[in-house]
Amino acid sequence: MKSLSLKCGVAALALMVAGAAHAGKSDDTLNVAFTKELENVDSYFNSSREGVVLQRAVWDGLVYRDPVTNEYKGNLATSWEWIDDLTLEFKLREGVKFHNGEEFDADDVVYTVNYVADEKNGAKTQRNVNWMKSAEKVDKYTVRISLKKPFPAAIEFLSGPVSIYPNEYYAEAGPTGMGLKPVGTGPYKVTEVEPGKHFVLEKYEGYHDSPKGQPKVGKIDIRTIPDVNTQMAELFSGSLDLIWQVPADQAGKLGAMEQFTVANESTMRIGYLTLDAAGRTGEKNPFTDVRVRRAVAHAVNREALVAALLKGKSKVISTACFPSQFGCFQDVANYEYDPEKAKALLAEAGYPDGFETDYYAYRDREYAEAISSFLNAVGIKTNFHMLQYSALRELRMKGGTPVSFQTWGSYSINDASAITSQFFKFGSLDDSRDEEVRDWLDVADSATDPEKRKEYYAKALTKIADQAYWVPMFSYNTNYVFTNEVSYTPTPDEVLRFVDMSWN
Amino acid sequence: MLNFILKRLGLAVLVALTVSAISFSLLFMAGDPAAALAGEQATDVDIEAIRRLYGFDRPMIVQYWEWLSRALQGDFGESYYFRLPVADLIMERLSITMTLGVCGISFALLTAVPLGVVAAIRPNSLIDRFALFLSVMGQAMPSFWFGLMMIVVFSIQLNWLPPSGTKTWVHFIMPTIVLGYYAMPAIMRLTRAGMLDVLGSDYIRTARAKGAGEGRVLFKHALRNAIIPVVSLAAVQMGFMLGGSIVVESIFALHGAGYLAWESIGRNDLPTVQALILVFSMFYIVFTFLSDVLNAWLDPRIRVA
Repeated sequence: MKSLSLKCGVAALALMVAGAAHAGKSDDTLNVAFTKELENVDSYFNSSREGVVLQRAVWDGLVYRDPVTNEYKGNLATSWEWIDDLTLEFKLREGVKFHNGEEFDADDVVYTVNYVADEKNGAKTQRNVNWMKSAEKVDKYTVRISLKKPFPAAIEFLSGPVSIYPNEYYAEAGPTGMGLKPVGTGPYKVTEVEPGKHFVLEKYEGYHDSPKGQPKVGKIDIRTIPDVNTQMAELFSGSLDLIWQVPADQAGKLGAMEQFTVANESTMRIGYLTLDAAGRTGEKNPFTDVRVRRAVAHAVNREALVAALLKGKSKVISTACFPSQFGCFQDVANYEYDPEKAKALLAEAGYPDGFETDYYAYRDREYAEAISSFLNAVGIKTNFHMLQYSALRELRMKGGTPVSFQTWGSYSINDASAITSQFFKFGSLDDSRDEEVRDWLDVADSATDPEKRKEYYAKALTKIADQAYWVPMFSYNTNYVFTNEVSYTPTPDEVLRFVDMSWN
Repeated sequence: MLNFILKRLGLAVLVALTVSAISFSLLFMAGDPAAALAGEQATDVDIEAIRRLYGFDRPMIVQYWEWLSRALQGDFGESYYFRLPVADLIMERLSITMTLGVCGISFALLTAVPLGVVAAIRPNSLIDRFALFLSVMGQAMPSFWFGLMMIVVFSIQLNWLPPSGTKTWVHFIMPTIVLGYYAMPAIMRLTRAGMLDVLGSDYIRTARAKGAGEGRVLFKHALRNAIIPVVSLAAVQMGFMLGGSIVVESIFALHGAGYLAWESIGRNDLPTVQALILVFSMFYIVFTFLSDVLNAWLDPRIRVA
């Protein structure tokens, strides 16, 4: 129904000429739409993109990563150093105040870290916090964070998902209270929350001299509008100023109209096929043969998928990570599109007439179907199953799948440990179970010397590509559409940064 | 009459219990609740933590019993997804759905019944044809398309009505029409058929013969009999509108209970889904019950049966 609804809507919208815009600049309010209902504004208790967007606007981390240069800068901390492999010491910025007037100091960092690192408190994205053991105060503006084990990506995580909460307020309000009345140090303070539906942010006049820059737009009004066509209608009628995650074909049509700017940026999400190399679905499974896996890699015309379906800044990828991520070694085996070679490899593996296999996906049906038709063309007949995410996940955790089309966004963490190590270290989603790869990744994940990390990620990624455990397909992109009154340059990490927006 | 009401009530409770037990087990069959709750970005560690936190590792029957015994005391628990009390969440969303449902069914009844009566009085006339045309359109147009067309015309081209949201009553105009229009054809056709049937019956001829005025014949004698199946149908439609206005709620970004139910199923938010299903089944039960009582009042023969 959804895709039909989209198509009809586009046809209808394309027929008419848009009315004049009226909201926005005149009252210094930027109207934005979210597609998904955000579960909780408290960033430790949501796992969605919308949550990341609000987190970056409302709170600050100790560290900030410049989204363009990828350089780490002090935010709530002014400097930091590794005392040893397991201890990080931070000097904190003085004179910062939370939105409710509470003064920021070491107590806030200690409380936040100790609260979220404790599994009993149920932070939703454990991976973001479970590497920290605890925090202790050295003096009012010095704090130490202890790690459970060496974790070189610590600074990356501290610049991303780990934001600092006011200790007195959080102790009283808890995650539910924080979700309804969020308080942070960030460039925007929250003035209104209707759970899941509506969020209003206002410029925080007392925002400290942060590397994020100062907020320019006075007010941000965010409404959840699930239907993309309705979002477009709101944009036409002038009651929205900015929408994002707009599908490629709609964005193309909007871009042809004078009153809108369409900006396309890549995201850290990648799409890939994972093949059952370990034989979890049965020892006779054809994908246990490396020739079959390589045949799959040669069978899919990834350039064509990017050109015809994903468009924009999407790129064909060959490694099991997103190219900008630390350690994402690029010089690995690349399988060019060559259906004849694929057939030859299949014949060599003992399948001259191909074979039949189950094939699964949970999102992006059109990409998954296109991939399946490439596989059919070389003789791998796919029985395509489109499942709900949770159902496919359960299936993969329990018995694996022969082939499935998966995607992973790395939670916008610019480090290969957020993707490669999640899937190749014998977790329930590891379809290859290669001990060598696992051991290399263990070294890479915990070594403190960056060069050593790079070396071991390169080893692991080279073997993954050579063995074709995964067939990496492409990186995703997203379209941002806004009226000409708005000035904004999106960043490649799919985080809407209100602080970077201004009026033309 | 009391006996009749008590019997119906007992039946209603049994229906509600069965529905809730079935829906509970269906949700567990639809996929790992911990994985659904953790979301797409979750790692194994996240899922395991959630499984332990919410006790999904226990037998299903234990979990159902725990939910039921709490629900019977009026405690619906906290939404897994929003981390807010389910009762508050549903109350807030339900007020929107109720407003929309009442407006929608009123719109449907106020247009469909008069049109049906007029069409029956003048069968095959121009007005009957027009009514037929309207109802065929209503049945044939999917509501997502009709909704989008309304937005295109009234919000974008004419700029009269806001495309989405719930801020003022004006925001409810288009959703009401779209939702009501979907229910209209069936009500109208049923009214027309019932009226035609009744108007041809002996007692109408008798009423006319004893010199009763046309208005009295139509409304006291004919409509009162013809409306009985319409009342039952409207009750079912009303239940449908309250629980099933997902498409309309999603297009017009209304965030009502129907949309909440739809989203909560995808998120495996068990407490919310269970409470909503209970509420929705109660709606059906209450409306069918009310329509039974109303019909019993309209037609004394039903009371005896």
